[in-house]
Amino acid sequence: MKRAQKAMILRHMILIIVGIVLIYPVIFMFFASFKESNEIFTSKRLLPEQFLWTNYVQGWSAGTTGRVNFSNFFINTFALVIPVVLFTILSCSIVAYGFARFNFPFRKILFPVMIATMMLPNTVIIIPRFILFKNFGWLNTYLPFYMPALFACYPFFIFMIIQFMRNIPTSLDESAKLDGCASYHTLAYIILPLLKPAIFSAGLFQFMWNWNDFYNQLIFINTPKRFTLALGLRLSIDASTETVRWNEVMAMSICTIIPLFILFFSAQRYFVEGTATSGIKG
Amino acid sequence: MKKIHNLQRKNLEQWTGFFYILPWLIGFSIFQLYPFISTLYYSFTNFTLLNVPSLIGFRNYIRMFTTDSLFQSSMRITGLYTLMAVPGKLIIALGVAMLLSAKIKGIGLYRSLYYLPSILGGSVAVSVLWRVMFMRNGLVNQILGVVKIPPIDWLTSPNIALGTLSLLQIWQFGSAMVIFLAALKQIPRELFEAAEVDGASKIRQFFSITIPQISSVIFFNLIMQTIQALQNFTSAFVITNGGPMRRTYIIGMKLYDDAFKNYNVGYACAESWILFMLILVLTALVFKSSDAWVYYSDEGDHK
Repeated sequence: MKRAQKAMILRHMILIIVGIVLIYPVIFMFFASFKESNEIFTSKRLLPEQFLWTNYVQGWSAGTTGRVNFSNFFINTFALVIPVVLFTILSCSIVAYGFARFNFPFRKILFPVMIATMMLPNTVIIIPRFILFKNFGWLNTYLPFYMPALFACYPFFIFMIIQFMRNIPTSLDESAKLDGCASYHTLAYIILPLLKPAIFSAGLFQFMWNWNDFYNQLIFINTPKRFTLALGLRLSIDASTETVRWNEVMAMSICTIIPLFILFFSAQRYFVEGTATSGIKG
Repeated sequence: MKKIHNLQRKNLEQWTGFFYILPWLIGFSIFQLYPFISTLYYSFTNFTLLNVPSLIGFRNYIRMFTTDSLFQSSMRITGLYTLMAVPGKLIIALGVAMLLSAKIKGIGLYRSLYYLPSILGGSVAVSVLWRVMFMRNGLVNQILGVVKIPPIDWLTSPNIALGTLSLLQIWQFGSAMVIFLAALKQIPRELFEAAEVDGASKIRQFFSITIPQISSVIFFNLIMQTIQALQNFTSAFVITNGGPMRRTYIIGMKLYDDAFKNYNVGYACAESWILFMLILVLTALVFKSSDAWVYYSDEGDHK
């Protein structure tokens, strides 16, 4: 038994060391956000000499031109991400219902097509998408993000919800139908309530991906007034012609990831289980 | 009369499902299929956003493989990046998943802790953090200094910078680990017990039981991570901006510059088509080779 105990202690030691290496950068970022700029690069101490809250105050409008600051970026990011999440879960649940519960003409072709688009890289379609949105007059608005969400262009989530729906017995649908329930009532009152965990997972992932997204936002949004946090943060490293004040940049970086932190720690079960059951990439 | 009515009703009913998937069909056609076909079409034109595109045959493709040495080096660098990031990530993910798969106290805490980088990793904030940490007098060199290792130019040395970017990718192994962990739990305990009785070593058990049993998940992770790595953009753009000496100028950046900075839209489309073909070929290869090494537990019933 003693050998097994030793092995277990060793196991924990490795796991703890790996954990520290993984998390230390984030802790460092947190404390660096209160340091003086050169203290970040000279002092070996993790804790700052003194906590400079001014980094946050100055960083909030640093690198940005006059009228816009991080308040705008925060509001803009929420204005982009929240509708995208709501549209995605709404449209994907409806489409998943169609694929999972009905047989209809062309289903045999359309379903594999939908699955195949999961492998379609964004990089390949983004240039014509840009031209399309430019012609629609959608650049510098959030429509390039809202519309694909509204029209269920996220096969990953459709697939995820279909998988979950397969575990809901079809006898429920059938008895509802016998009781004279229209199919959209069945969806709204019977299926959707049961789908809650899957919808919640999908929503979380969509929130995280769009919150972190930089590439699409960089391409579709050019006016600082519409900038999101990702674009604003990049502005604060790029715009300053003199040396970058890294302490302020660290402070703003912390601000941009706080919502993710809150979300993760309040709903980590859904992240981890969502990944484990659907094999979604993180 | 009633019969006809019923027939109509039945006809209508078989389209019910179609109405539910209609939003997707519209979205797919406009936002995915049309752009996909357009990319192919533009790739044979000299489109610059300002001119009327005219067909120029294979000239874009020829230019890519003959005169544009930057494209070739971008592809090489992207390949190298993927080769460092993906296997590194998967090996660590599997290793840690193995450690966690035994009944261990506090597994929930470890799992959450390790998952956190996967949540944050794609953000600009973490790319900025990476840049600060790996500067010449940044955190990493400070720590190395404690154990008397001379400072390393993580971001400015042409031979190292790409590795620094791969580290960021590897740091986010948590999501792959969670998938491995779920797969490891599915392996029937009896297999190990039987092997134990037969006197097989732990290492032998790992290669003869664990790996074959979870091979389909390894294969899945391999495809998804590769596709993701080939398309990376943010970290190269924010941390090194393609430098030093274009040694981190991955294909994602090249595409962005060609299309949205130089407005060589036709040419950029040709490049993205090559990237797509590459992803397609890799996926097909992994699928094909999977016959040889992916173990499906229902195999015995069919053969």
